[in-house]
Amino acid sequence: MSLFLIVALPFLGALLPGLMVQAGRRACSITTGLVTLLALTGLLVNAPAVLSGEVQTARLEWLPGLGMNANFFLDPLGLFFAGLILGIGLLIIIYARFYLSREDSMGEFFTYLLLFQGAMVGIVLSDNVLVLLIFWELTSLSSFLLIGYWKHTAEGRQGARMALAVTGMGGLALIGGMLILGNIVGSYDLTEILQNREAIQASPLYLPALILILLGCFTKSAQFPFHFWLPHAMAAPTPVSAYLHSATMVKAGLFLMARLWPVLSGTDAWFYLVGTAGLITMVLGALIAIFKDDLKALLAFSTVSHLGLITMLLGFGTPFAALAAVFHILNHATFKAALFMTAGIVDHEAHTRDIKRLGGLRKLMPVTFVIATVASLSMAGIPLFNGFLSKEMMLEEAVHTTWAGSHWVLPVFVTIGALFSAAYSFRYVAHTFLGPVRDDYPHKPHDPGFGMWAPAAFLCVLVLAIGLMPFLVEPLVFTVAEAVIGGVGEIEEGYHLAIWHGLTPALLMSGIAVVGGLLLLALHRPLDRAWIATPRPEAKAMFDRLMAACVGGARGLTDALHDGALTRYAAIFTVTVVAAGAHAFWTGNLVVADRGGAIPDLVPLVGWALLVVSAAWLALSHRRRLLSLVLVSIVGLVISIGFNYFSAPDLALTQISVEVVTVILLLLALNFLPKTTPVESSVGKRTRDGLIAVVGGLGVGALSYALLVHEFAFETISDFHLENSYKGGGGHNVVNVILVDFRGFDTFGEIIVLGIAALVIYAATEALLSGPVRARLLNWVPDMVRAGDAHPLMMVVATRVMMPVVLMVGFYIFLRGHNEPGGGFIAGLVVAIGVVMQYMASGFAWADRRQRFPYHGIIGAGVLAAGLTGIGAWFAGQPFLTSDFGYARIPPFNEFELATAMAFDLGVFLAVVGAVLLSLESFSRIARRSNEQVSDYAMDIDPSRNEEA
Amino acid sequence: MSHWIIVPVVLPALLAAFIVLLCRFNLTVQRALSTAGTAVMVVIATGLMLRAGTGAIDVYELGDWPAPFGIVLVADRLATMMVLLTSVLALAVVLYVIGTGWDKRGRHFHALFQFQLMGVCGAFLTGDAFNLFVFFEVLLIASYGLMIHSGGPVRLRAGMQYVVYNLLGSTLFLFALGTIYAVTGTLNMADLADRVAQLPTDDTALLRVGATLLILVFAVKAAVLPLHFWLPASYSNAPAPVAALFAIMTKVGAYAMLRFLTLVFPPDLEATQGLFDFWLQPAAMLTLIAGMVGVLGARRLDRLAAFAVIGSMGTLLTSISLLTPQGTQAALFYILHSTFASATLFLIVGLVQAGRGGAGGRIEALAPIARNGLVAGLFFISAIALSGVPPLSGFVGKLMVLDAARAASGPYWPVWTAILVTSLIAIVGFARAGSTVFWKANESAAAAAHPEAPPATGLSIVAIGGIMVLLVALTVLAGPVMAFMGETTDQLYNTTGYISAVLGDGEAAQ
Repeated sequence: MSLFLIVALPFLGALLPGLMVQAGRRACSITTGLVTLLALTGLLVNAPAVLSGEVQTARLEWLPGLGMNANFFLDPLGLFFAGLILGIGLLIIIYARFYLSREDSMGEFFTYLLLFQGAMVGIVLSDNVLVLLIFWELTSLSSFLLIGYWKHTAEGRQGARMALAVTGMGGLALIGGMLILGNIVGSYDLTEILQNREAIQASPLYLPALILILLGCFTKSAQFPFHFWLPHAMAAPTPVSAYLHSATMVKAGLFLMARLWPVLSGTDAWFYLVGTAGLITMVLGALIAIFKDDLKALLAFSTVSHLGLITMLLGFGTPFAALAAVFHILNHATFKAALFMTAGIVDHEAHTRDIKRLGGLRKLMPVTFVIATVASLSMAGIPLFNGFLSKEMMLEEAVHTTWAGSHWVLPVFVTIGALFSAAYSFRYVAHTFLGPVRDDYPHKPHDPGFGMWAPAAFLCVLVLAIGLMPFLVEPLVFTVAEAVIGGVGEIEEGYHLAIWHGLTPALLMSGIAVVGGLLLLALHRPLDRAWIATPRPEAKAMFDRLMAACVGGARGLTDALHDGALTRYAAIFTVTVVAAGAHAFWTGNLVVADRGGAIPDLVPLVGWALLVVSAAWLALSHRRRLLSLVLVSIVGLVISIGFNYFSAPDLALTQISVEVVTVILLLLALNFLPKTTPVESSVGKRTRDGLIAVVGGLGVGALSYALLVHEFAFETISDFHLENSYKGGGGHNVVNVILVDFRGFDTFGEIIVLGIAALVIYAATEALLSGPVRARLLNWVPDMVRAGDAHPLMMVVATRVMMPVVLMVGFYIFLRGHNEPGGGFIAGLVVAIGVVMQYMASGFAWADRRQRFPYHGIIGAGVLAAGLTGIGAWFAGQPFLTSDFGYARIPPFNEFELATAMAFDLGVFLAVVGAVLLSLESFSRIARRSNEQVSDYAMDIDPSRNEEA
Repeated sequence: MSHWIIVPVVLPALLAAFIVLLCRFNLTVQRALSTAGTAVMVVIATGLMLRAGTGAIDVYELGDWPAPFGIVLVADRLATMMVLLTSVLALAVVLYVIGTGWDKRGRHFHALFQFQLMGVCGAFLTGDAFNLFVFFEVLLIASYGLMIHSGGPVRLRAGMQYVVYNLLGSTLFLFALGTIYAVTGTLNMADLADRVAQLPTDDTALLRVGATLLILVFAVKAAVLPLHFWLPASYSNAPAPVAALFAIMTKVGAYAMLRFLTLVFPPDLEATQGLFDFWLQPAAMLTLIAGMVGVLGARRLDRLAAFAVIGSMGTLLTSISLLTPQGTQAALFYILHSTFASATLFLIVGLVQAGRGGAGGRIEALAPIARNGLVAGLFFISAIALSGVPPLSGFVGKLMVLDAARAASGPYWPVWTAILVTSLIAIVGFARAGSTVFWKANESAAAAAHPEAPPATGLSIVAIGGIMVLLVALTVLAGPVMAFMGETTDQLYNTTGYISAVLGDGEAAQ
């Protein structure tokens, strides 16, 4: 079967359980099992060829630019691991079928399990390290989902997060390491990398790459000091613990170390990092396991210990150690998965995993007892069981290895490790199954059904078969070990896996371990008391504290940085901009043009003084809002005078009308706001902000000055505009032609901005009025004395008289715009002012009732008119907004110009009128909610009205 | 001259105006028009991109005025890709809006939505710096309206900060344009590129100031630290679909930066040496760190999403700040990824908030919402995407950024460390939030009554699922996508093609 299919099968199969569970739990589990079986069959079909030395490959280009391709290869090492993953996976699925209760969602469980399985198979078959990284992280993610499968338990959630954080960290380090490795070699393909031992070990980046890769491996395989997550992962359902956290996922780290063994091992750094970490993990894990009362915790720490053992063997860097490592991986997978299953059975039947509440189960659960005993004795390293064989090889190798020049360190420590290992293995059996039958089990235990113990029993058969007849697996183990070694060294000629190698030091050490183990078991009660009394660092508490500190730190930092104060944000903005601008300026060169010492005229001088005075005054008295408004309008007026002074009457007109409209709108808004701004910041803060403002202002001033004394480096485009205004645009007024023609598209955008602004004001008002603001308005008491004559006669009469005049002026300005100062924008503002005056004179409500065109529509019509005018050009085969003009004469009038730009300008005019008036109307809506006295009459006192009648 | 180029700008503008004029009272018609318009946009944008994919750079001279005197729109690979991205995202968002009924909760949603699209597409297509300013204004004011859609005191307050801060940015934009015009005498981007390249080297100070201010403006839009302060409050308080649409808004900043840093101020330009290569990368990395730290520290899901956007922008800008073709190529890929990933997160958070009713987005265990499992699954996927964990495109993108950083000159350890460490922070932050909101909720499942909120309608799930399909497609088709990005990068760095297309061959040859 194609390697792609083997990898893809579990992923595709992951879609099925969720569906099949509808048809029942049996259908769900059988489907899941079949998927796995199919993948396993596909794998085994390839086995003969692979074991005879042929390497299967499958390659698919994915992201060749990066060197990330979906390349897979199957060699003996991959076959070995994939076989373990799929084979044990099959057993676990059978076991889980009976383990999960009716309340557990089986579909979800098997979906995650298959995802995991696929990811795991992906890791061991990947030929591309980047693809391997993807599968690597996928196992972390699926493990997260599986550990947290029982979502309602705090242990499950915390364990899942801890596992994800630790293995996730390792995975990220691994990314770094793999990228470095790939770059040293120039390819991310493993087969390529494995050819480059010399280049990698000679590279200065070898050590960083090694450390990063080992971080990934150590976290995944729970090596000291990252071992602490594994016991907490035991919150998962037992099938998960057996599968992920003892047989397969935690072996991913070992796999990767084995995979990269040919290129990374053999250096001092490798030996001391990997060997030492493995040794510490082995001894420490075994020690803690002795004193764990939770069956699964005991097994978890024993797993940690055995992973340490294998890691240490890989760290030794000799071919024989690699052989022992491979063999122990196989043996550990068989006995530990079986042990986890028995722990699950006990938990399932007795409703507790606490070893102190158990004992005497031998009689109640004889089958489980036999299975557990066989597996435990193998774990303890008793002859005739497979665990003994690989442990002997480990002891043998330790005797021949020196550590930091010392011959005794390794033998002593590995013996201690083996001793502890024997002790907890014995305890597992003795304290659970031996002893008197108790009468206080939480639930009356008995052996489970066949389906639940059969997978474990099958594994026990393997344990015994390998233990008694190691030659059965010898070819496999040797071939896989040779694949690990990858030609870097050779296993000594004539060595065979066997129970009896003669009277070796290893046998002696084994004997010490077994005897010592029994001794520890006998002394367990006092030792346990001492252990409990001894203070020890609790990894979970430390991790939780670290996490809490990180979260607290992150929260503090984020909150401190984003405190929600706009003034501070603005201050940071100003400082940043000024600093970056200053940096840019001082690192460049400036040529200053000689403009002579021009003495300013009186008019600009006065304007300048007015600007300075009003700005300064504004800064000082900004809390009085009405006064501020007046001062702001002075600034605006001076600017419009300035425009006029520099011969830009269009701009001056626009500026003045904008000033008028905005001041009126602001006055209306001020009506509903407090008349003074409250003091909200301390003197210190205000001083700081003041200083920043001054610096910002000086910066802008300096920039303007620099621009003034600087010449254009190139000809400007404005000359073209001056030349072509009449010729191409049909207008003498260049500003208007720029607005409606040269850059009509900008204007199109700007009228839309104006229209949107009005719509937003309207929508916001609506939202306000439907909220709590409405009630506040209804109860609003004006904070100033109202004039008795709110709608004075003089004002009403004057505005009525003015209205047609204003409209006429607006029309005139609109028409003349193309050649003389004017245009749709100004005309719109002028007309709007005319209408605004009506509102002011007779009140919002009165005026509102008499207006017939919805302002929304006017805005929409304006934008549409402008847009459609632009589109009109398409029919002449011209681009959007291309203008045309001609001259027309309707008797008895004189000849006048007609330009399409006028239609566009009409759109501008409508949009402006609509926008201003819609804003006004929005204010008026607020006003009418606030108990405004709605008068039926245009003016409060009307001499023509006969009040008496 | 093909008029299709301008359709992505004119169509939504006229559609919005039409909605305001004639159907502002009928929501059904509005929805139909808005959806149809957006769907048409997707089709047109696809056509434009296919055309640009041939390597052609189409120029549209508005008002038939030749560049640099009039305004031009330029449809090259990058611009059309961004327009397509915008319209695809918008289509998903509009479906979600209809599905969740967000458009019922205030006035003028669809009109503002279309105006927003017009602003974004205009910003991508324009070839004129001042016109870019105009479109920035359009999208700013429209986004402000969308942001405060349906009101509420917290939202209005956040909206005020948003608009004030961005007006500061607009002011700065004017200063920048004024300065640049005062030096070069032009505003057309191609013409600017041409002239800036010929600027005497003894007279660079003002151009440098102008260039810096301009890039700072884009930095504000792209939420680069320390100019990002407008983002967290506004994105977290905006209606969920609006926040999702805003995923493209930060990209406008990133796009503009890319455009100007390749076309006008290319990395080898003498006049701007020592500017962006000096501060952009540290700022980008700080952005990344601040974003992901914010994810870890968030108390609310909506704020978590907002900080995730900042973090995502940090990665993207780090890639841009390498100022190499490879970095640009990775950044282009990351733009697609980041847009989709951020959008889905906001949409999902919106579902959670709606499901929880008044309790909103607090990261606490409350009663599980309707379809808790489904929403949890979606959250899980979008968290994977945003924290850049395999197997989704975030990981692919991150790998490419790491690779580009290694290949660039200068030490790559800071970039690697920042990206990898922040990934871990993000993983932990998302895992915490997700397990609390979706898993811990089951603790109280038995006790709590079933929440009263209506279940999410199918349309909103379709919208989220649709974007997720795109994320998966982006991952699976990473090879072809990257090939396109490679060609796009080539087009960006070989500026003669762009300049001669806009100015005509005669000008460029000078």
